[in-house]
Amino acid sequence: MSWGFLRDLLSGVNKYSTGIGRIWVAIVFMFRLLVYVAAAENIWKYEHDEFECNIKQPGCENVCFDHFFPVSHIRLWALQLIIVSTPSLLVVFHVAYRENRQKHNQKPCRNPGKIDGGLLCTYLISLILKTGFEIVFLVLFYKLYNGFKIPRLVKCDIRPCPNTVDCYISKPTEKMIFLYFLVATSCLCIILNLSELSYLIFKHTTKCYLKKYMKKQQ
Amino acid sequence: MDWGTLQDVLGGVNKHSTSIGKIWLTVLFIFRIMILVVAAERVWGDEQDDFVCNTLQPGCRNVCYDHFFPISHIRLWALQLIFVSTPALLVAMHVAYTKHEKKRRIRHGEKIDIEELKNVRFHIRGPLWWTYTSSIFCRLVFEAIFMYVFYYMYDGYQMPRLVKCNAWPCPNTVDCFVSRPTEKTTFTIFMLAVSGICMMLNLAELCYLVLKVCMKEPRKTT
Repeated sequence: MSWGFLRDLLSGVNKYSTGIGRIWVAIVFMFRLLVYVAAAENIWKYEHDEFECNIKQPGCENVCFDHFFPVSHIRLWALQLIIVSTPSLLVVFHVAYRENRQKHNQKPCRNPGKIDGGLLCTYLISLILKTGFEIVFLVLFYKLYNGFKIPRLVKCDIRPCPNTVDCYISKPTEKMIFLYFLVATSCLCIILNLSELSYLIFKHTTKCYLKKYMKKQQ
Repeated sequence: MDWGTLQDVLGGVNKHSTSIGKIWLTVLFIFRIMILVVAAERVWGDEQDDFVCNTLQPGCRNVCYDHFFPISHIRLWALQLIFVSTPALLVAMHVAYTKHEKKRRIRHGEKIDIEELKNVRFHIRGPLWWTYTSSIFCRLVFEAIFMYVFYYMYDGYQMPRLVKCNAWPCPNTVDCFVSRPTEKTTFTIFMLAVSGICMMLNLAELCYLVLKVCMKEPRKTT
């Protein structure tokens, strides 16, 4: 079980997505998942070992690291990727349900992946959830770490550290660059989700309006 | 999930590329991605552990390493490879859109062989020509940007053996020694050379596509 599972899941979702949805999947693959696996993971690999405090007091480094990094950036990033991709499962389940229903009722082949009726609602809900989760994680990152900056030095005075102690974080600039990259791609995904939402609502509202208009004409 | 996924995506685009495009893809996979994964990552693997400063002051090494290597070579190369490969997705999306349109025509009664549609190779003309040419242009731009970023960030392409650091909390100017500088310089120059080759292949492909269109135009008018 690894990121390949998420990749297969998203490939499955791709089939039932709109054009904007496919761009979203491509961005999640290339700029979030691949960057995470190929580059970002290694930066945070030895973050605890390389976290150094100007003191020999045993336990001080551990306590300070835990205080300043309750949940590591890289773990939050992984959680974000998983949780943000999961609402797409709703669409996959709904399409599978439709296909199952068609088999049982033996109705003539109507495309089960066409985004209309109930599937449209499911799709819109999945878009709203995806956007919501993205925003929640961005706010979480911001609140947990007081912004998106990573300082070189943090001052720690928690027991058993005897006084205020200087602690140095490893590779703060590199981590900050990748954090900004994460924020930028998150924001891009939010914009894509909102565009897709607007496009679908506009398209179906226009369709309904045109249908009513045609009926009135008749 | 790793570089293999990129290989699958780009492999799909390969079918619709020109011969020069296929050579570019081969160079990308063998001389850049494979070298990065198999060799370069190991050379840079221990870079912070083996970055040694001539001081016992805690924190000095961390701060000096961060000052001289704001972003590691290996991460910059990974980003470069991802960005340079992404324009090919534009072509993949265009081809997928064209196939989707043809399938829609099948549903509306037009007779097109479905098996043929799966294996068809789209010729690079019309709107696909513009998408393909734009993707090559984007690739060139990204390659150039990353080469410049490398040059600007590291003051050239050579890895020094010794760097002098006086960032706080280092008490004075301190000598810090980079691990495996010669090996790193060798790989940096290798990756730079292969980047240059890829840029030349992209330029050649761009010229070929433009010439192809220009040669067709006079034939149409005569």
